[in-house]
Amino acid sequence: MISCRIGVITFPGTLDDVDAARAVRCAGAEPVGLWHADDDLHGVDAVIVPGGFSYGDYLRAGAIAAHQPVLRAVRDAAGRGMPVLGICNGFQILCEAGLLPGALVRNSGLHFVCRDQRLRVESNATAWTGRYAAGAEIVVPLKSIEGRYVADAATLAMLEADGRVVFRYAGANPNGALNDIAGIASADGGVVGLMPHPEHAIDALTGPSSDGLDVFRSAVDAVVGAVRAPSVSSWR
Amino acid sequence: MTPEQPYRELGLADDEYARIRDILGRAPTDTELAMYSVMWSEHCSYKSSKVHLRYFGETTTEAMRRRMLAGIGENAGVVEVGDGWAVTFKIESHNHPSYVEPYQGAATGVGGIVRDIMAMGARPIAVLDSLRFGPADAPDTARVLPGVVAGIGGYGNCLGLPNIGGEVAFDPSYAGNPLVNALCVGVLRVDDLHRAHASGAGNKIVLFGARTGRDGIGGVSVLASESFTANSGDHSAGRKKLPSVQVGDPFAEKVLIECCLELFAAGLVVGIQDLGGAGLACATSELASAGDGGMQVELDAVPLRASGMTPAEILCSESQERMCAVVRPSDVDAFLAVCAKWEVTATVIGEVTEGDLLVIRHHGDTVVDAPPRTVAHEGPVYHRPVQRPSTQNALQSSTPDTLARPSTLDSIRATVLRMAASPGLCSRAWVTDQYDRYVRGGTVLAQPSDAGVVRIDESTQRGVAVATDCNGRYCALDPYAGTQLALAEAYRNVAVTGATPLAVTNCLNFGAPTDPGVMWQFEQAVRGLADGCAALGIPVTGGNVSFYNQTGDTAILPTPVIGVLGVIDDVRRRIPTGLGSVGDEVWLLGETRDEFGGSEWAHEVHGHLGGRPPAVDLAREQAIAQVLAAASHEGLVSAAHDLSDGGLAQALVEACLLSNVGAQLELPANLDPFTALFSESSARLLLGMSRAHAPRVAQL
Repeated sequence: MISCRIGVITFPGTLDDVDAARAVRCAGAEPVGLWHADDDLHGVDAVIVPGGFSYGDYLRAGAIAAHQPVLRAVRDAAGRGMPVLGICNGFQILCEAGLLPGALVRNSGLHFVCRDQRLRVESNATAWTGRYAAGAEIVVPLKSIEGRYVADAATLAMLEADGRVVFRYAGANPNGALNDIAGIASADGGVVGLMPHPEHAIDALTGPSSDGLDVFRSAVDAVVGAVRAPSVSSWR
Repeated sequence: MTPEQPYRELGLADDEYARIRDILGRAPTDTELAMYSVMWSEHCSYKSSKVHLRYFGETTTEAMRRRMLAGIGENAGVVEVGDGWAVTFKIESHNHPSYVEPYQGAATGVGGIVRDIMAMGARPIAVLDSLRFGPADAPDTARVLPGVVAGIGGYGNCLGLPNIGGEVAFDPSYAGNPLVNALCVGVLRVDDLHRAHASGAGNKIVLFGARTGRDGIGGVSVLASESFTANSGDHSAGRKKLPSVQVGDPFAEKVLIECCLELFAAGLVVGIQDLGGAGLACATSELASAGDGGMQVELDAVPLRASGMTPAEILCSESQERMCAVVRPSDVDAFLAVCAKWEVTATVIGEVTEGDLLVIRHHGDTVVDAPPRTVAHEGPVYHRPVQRPSTQNALQSSTPDTLARPSTLDSIRATVLRMAASPGLCSRAWVTDQYDRYVRGGTVLAQPSDAGVVRIDESTQRGVAVATDCNGRYCALDPYAGTQLALAEAYRNVAVTGATPLAVTNCLNFGAPTDPGVMWQFEQAVRGLADGCAALGIPVTGGNVSFYNQTGDTAILPTPVIGVLGVIDDVRRRIPTGLGSVGDEVWLLGETRDEFGGSEWAHEVHGHLGGRPPAVDLAREQAIAQVLAAASHEGLVSAAHDLSDGGLAQALVEACLLSNVGAQLELPANLDPFTALFSESSARLLLGMSRAHAPRVAQL
């Protein structure tokens, strides 16, 4: 059996690292804690940048975390094709770090929003969504105050044209995100960022559904598949 | 004779000042005077409530104490919940600061109660908030409510603690004095309990967390121990006191939580105390007072964020996000290394000494040299006059019996809709959707469920349930029965989740203790709660008293908010609030009488408050809890929802909306439809179950 080790980064102010680690375990992989000040990824096969308020979101959400040593290592690894997932604050950090285009700004309603959110999986051609049927609807918690995805018109057009919009809000747009975008991917499909929290939807006991678990299972598939077929350099 | 000291400006009475001189055998230094004045304030010393609170201890039996590891007098009560786990919980007020500056007042209220829980050696795992405001359409409510909610969310969400429940209520009496009561639950291994004490001469005192500034100086004595003056219309009193409200930094608190937990896990802490009201003055005197020696503190070592602070300012500052620990000398380096890892400022500021004096130095001068017990525990005790108000009889005889009641089908239908949309009963989603209820992945039930349920152990699925309740109108009509009804409702709300109620905390919000009528309400509430707990067999493990909640001479409704904690050995057995599947049977348990005194209907439709609150029946509450526990164990019921404000009609509206189903029911034949739907008789609940299980439930 091929084992899969998935790193979960903790910054000061990270909150959902325990949840992400739990989701990794439930998906059959081994979670490995990664510390923000350490630029060694300890040989993990994939990395999750979890949610929270790293550095209190002072200055700008994700701005300080994006400059920590561990992010240098993540950037290098992503460049080599390692699957990277940014959830909520992690998505903000990946945007600040330049791994994903665009930015997350204050919700159009100005308030923090915590709700069970319907999402449409627009693309299963990424390292983190291979298990879903394209077009599937899932319910996953959304909880953020700076969750409104924005990008310039050219970037939006490029994301849409290239099929890089991975998750879209279904039903009423909860935060004013452009094109109802909830999550996007890098050009090679290895790096995915999304505002909603699939790690809070792995079990109907503690979440609104178990719809989020396949995000983590997809990464395990991708890692194991890549080991079996090392020539594959892209997830698409 | 020394020159006249400004003790009155600091809130000390003539005889209190004389006692300080007696204790010290001399005039106090300016710093000592400041320290005694904050520690002897109502907020810190409980000087008006102490004689009444003793009744809790007198009524707690050995059997009730069985699961209690720490009780009243500690930072928070601790109860054993099985499998080697203990749970600590406490509720505290931050009323006055939240009126002056709603966002920061509420935010630091959350921060303070979370540090209380950490000071027991526990990991905080959930928060709840009990909120009361003036009328929903009052102009000032539009200032206070959004600010309070944003403050709780802004701080709590950033700490990573799920917000799992609480209350929102409106009444004109809170217009100039909103109530913000924050509850925190923490979990620890029984063996890891930390107490606030400074023992072992030579052990070091380490101050860690945020730097100390001029914010919040005298917050407790100036704000929480004095009423706002009558002209609340222009907030002139509020504005003047603005600098006394502390400013919160939730990121600093989150890092402090993780730092503390790592320190506990590494066994580096002998004793620990949070810095809250009265800051370092409180922490040092309480630690020293509870220990076996004296203490020496060098104020020059305290990291400051302002220059030129006087020793009194350093001691009384209420800068947030600070903790104080007692550490063995051999552990100091390791302690500081953990703090450095989390980038938390930590400084040795003193040590435990032989003898029994608290000695504090600043710039080489001794500014405090006093027995710490006299500061922390031997403050003044008042036997305030207690007098049942002369208006109480008139209030009780103004019954709701003559109020016009709807009798036609159309008018009852209209009343159901009006009540469901009223400020007192409508959905709280606008508030609760601003709070993270998912973080940490253990939330099994959260608002709008009757109680919040959180899993504490993933391997065993053990969990705890918590609810807070109070109906201030019931308490105004009869504070003894009203407090028991609050206890009964919180108890029932925990029981309907399938959990077994174990312990009680409280936040007693009242007017000025100098008003004999207020003291009568307070005494009645304490007696009602203590007697009720004895009847239910669960102890009061701690609490908080907030006096001076009034505007001019008008006190708030007496509002003893009661929190009940329960345990459920497997959270997969929890009973949801929303009705289950289409085709399920819906049962009403309990007896409905014509009881409308203090009811939501009388308030909403007629603006009436009078008569008597619903009858209390604690024996039936206990029986209901036992039925629910058995039904949960056998997996018999698909839903359970408590009946309270708004009666059966409102309970049905809530239980149906939660599951997006309807219900068809037959009202009891012996009651008119209005009474059946809107009476607020206690000890009642709705049960949902599949038809197959109905015969077995009937046996229970």
